[in-house]
Amino acid sequence: MFKTLKRSAAGAAVPHEKGTAGMQTVQMPVPKEVLIPLQMHIGAPAEPCVQKGDSVKVGTLIGKAGGFVSANIHASVSGTVKAIEDVRMVHGVMAKAVRIEADGAQTPDPACVPPTVTDKAGLLAAIQACGLVGVGGAGFPTHVKLSAKVDTLLINGAECEPYLTTDAREMLECSDTIIAGIEAVMKYCEIPTCIIGIERNKPECIDLMCSLTRDMPGVTVKPLPMRYPQGAEKTLIESCTGREVPQFNDAGKPGLPADAGCIVMNVTSVSTLGKYLKTGMPLVAKRLTVEGDAIAKPQNIEVPIGTMYADVIAACGGIREGVSLGKIIFGGPMMGGAAPSADFPVLKQNNGLLLFSREKAVLPEPSPCIRCGRCIKGCPMGLEPVNIVECFNNKDFDGLKARCVDLCVACGSCTYVCPAKRLVSQNMALAKAWYLAEARKGGK
Amino acid sequence: MDDRLLVTASPHIRDNTTTAGLMGWVLAALAPCAVAATILFGWRALLLIAVTVFACVAFEYLWCLLLKKPIPVGDLSACVTGVILAMNMPVGMPLWIAVIGAFVAIIITKQLWGGIGFNFANPALVGRIVLFLGFAPRMTAYVYPAAASDALAGATPLAASVDRSAVSLLDVFLGVHGGMLGETCALACLAGLAILLYAGVIDAWIPCSILGSAFVFTLLITGSLHVALVELCSGGLLFGAVFMATDYVTSPLTAKGKLIYGVFIGLVTVLIRHFGGMNEGMSFAILLGNIITCLLNQYVHQTPLGWRKPQKAKKAAAEKEPAAAQGGAR
Repeated sequence: MFKTLKRSAAGAAVPHEKGTAGMQTVQMPVPKEVLIPLQMHIGAPAEPCVQKGDSVKVGTLIGKAGGFVSANIHASVSGTVKAIEDVRMVHGVMAKAVRIEADGAQTPDPACVPPTVTDKAGLLAAIQACGLVGVGGAGFPTHVKLSAKVDTLLINGAECEPYLTTDAREMLECSDTIIAGIEAVMKYCEIPTCIIGIERNKPECIDLMCSLTRDMPGVTVKPLPMRYPQGAEKTLIESCTGREVPQFNDAGKPGLPADAGCIVMNVTSVSTLGKYLKTGMPLVAKRLTVEGDAIAKPQNIEVPIGTMYADVIAACGGIREGVSLGKIIFGGPMMGGAAPSADFPVLKQNNGLLLFSREKAVLPEPSPCIRCGRCIKGCPMGLEPVNIVECFNNKDFDGLKARCVDLCVACGSCTYVCPAKRLVSQNMALAKAWYLAEARKGGK
Repeated sequence: MDDRLLVTASPHIRDNTTTAGLMGWVLAALAPCAVAATILFGWRALLLIAVTVFACVAFEYLWCLLLKKPIPVGDLSACVTGVILAMNMPVGMPLWIAVIGAFVAIIITKQLWGGIGFNFANPALVGRIVLFLGFAPRMTAYVYPAAASDALAGATPLAASVDRSAVSLLDVFLGVHGGMLGETCALACLAGLAILLYAGVIDAWIPCSILGSAFVFTLLITGSLHVALVELCSGGLLFGAVFMATDYVTSPLTAKGKLIYGVFIGLVTVLIRHFGGMNEGMSFAILLGNIITCLLNQYVHQTPLGWRKPQKAKKAAAEKEPAAAQGGAR
């Protein structure tokens, strides 16, 4: 009760829709052509290091990290580089991309050998070499994250987005590499404790992880409540450890999980690391949940990075007969983006492709705010969306600062719960962007 | 492939709850009160409810038609106002006065301020207060149920002439005494509260803090448990705490704000009842609560996750350099 007085942070009771959770991952046939953008991460774009006409194999380096906060890019198919061109990415920005015509043989690059890791620097170098980014959605380069000194490793298996089951499948199908990845990170980064957070709607994953980690000192499994967004980094840290990531760290920068002594890694990220340490094959393929009421055969499918959405859709049986496709969403329905067409490539950090019919895609019209406070109750960060939007409409910089708009994680809970169907989180995003821009100018 | 895909910002799904749905639940929660009123006071209670609901909806419709605004009648909020207003009248109320109450509620209190979401006070409450001050004799012309016991056959439990320690608690609880339509039967109000809580329309903060504080303050002033319980169940206290003080627009947004608001209303009610010139204080207490709501919304906040004391945050913000947010929910 006192906790609620301080901060309700109830989240949203989103539907689960995890119909594909029980389906074994299917390997996608090699597409004719892939388009691999050189910017699939937060930070500097990678520099292309192949030329038109070069022949590449699976795992060949095609883009070299453009700085510390950047990541390597590897070819996901074997074949010939057809072009290096500027393409518009699905979220609107332009980026360089490598177009590779596949020969269908999927010959692995002989240069891909398991790395020898003996210390933390070696591990970080290995991670940097394999181009691992936070594949849960943020795309933050993993070696940057792991260079912090912390005492707790959190493995994010919450998968709180509706529809998506890729992390659940990863836990069930690749538990050995998850464990190997956790062991490597704990050993070389000298992290004594590890908590694996899994939402309660995946009991078989919780059971499996519990049994596998029983004999591992310092590793525990934490079942999480079924409230969206349990997988949001700061919410996960609070749920698992009780710690709060500070709004600002001691240097005055926005707080990071490391400021609460934690590093959060997605299960699929840590599993990819485990696979790389074992086989030397970098991040070249990604499991996607293809779901929605407009797809003929919903399934989990492993696709080479850079495969066009259209090819993925065709591999899943195409559009369901008699259904008019209304929306293509990359990622989950709460935080994923809508694509203007199917001609975009799958990125490292994508984990789902949702196809909604026109009926499901058309959202209800907003009506006047009735000030019910559901957005405040739902906000996982304890913000007050209705007040923040009001301040933003009045361009009230001090008001936004007092209400900590910079803490918004854009989880979409406020829009989801709004009975008046208002675009609350969309306006929160505008408010945050405006506030940060004004703050950069020195504030008003 | 269809080239006319929809592109919108996330999230791409919505909860099923709608404004009309919430108002529908409020109407459902008001049903026990309407049934109790009909049993206690006869069929005219239903007539009165029908007339005020019709008047409220008609006023809202005509006003929006006149101003060429979108017609909001479908959200059922005018129906809720109508029913609550009727519940605040004695059964013998002339119908033309009820229509005046509806006019004050819908036009003056709600639409002149911008319609749903913008009124600073509860429309039905202002309607009640205007009728109470403008038509005092009619508003207090209570009808007493035939089944009422001797002590309550000619006065409400809160009337100065009634010895509250001798009143039967069961009679008060079941509402077998004079009063407004909705407020006499405590049982029906509690049933309504249960429905609202079950449907998640309101949370328990406001009703519990009002009732709890009113009970405690009455107990402190009178020193008698029996009197405190009688006062809790009589007058508009229970009905107001469940249906009127919990109006979304005019009550605070945060749990902390709701707690302060509720205790404030409970305290003011008891002060008016025991030290003011009136037997009844609930409506004025809620009105004062409505007025302090904007202050509470301005100054009473939740504590965001990771929030630090202002001095530190202020100093840090001065040197702050926004970086791309790393965090992301899956």
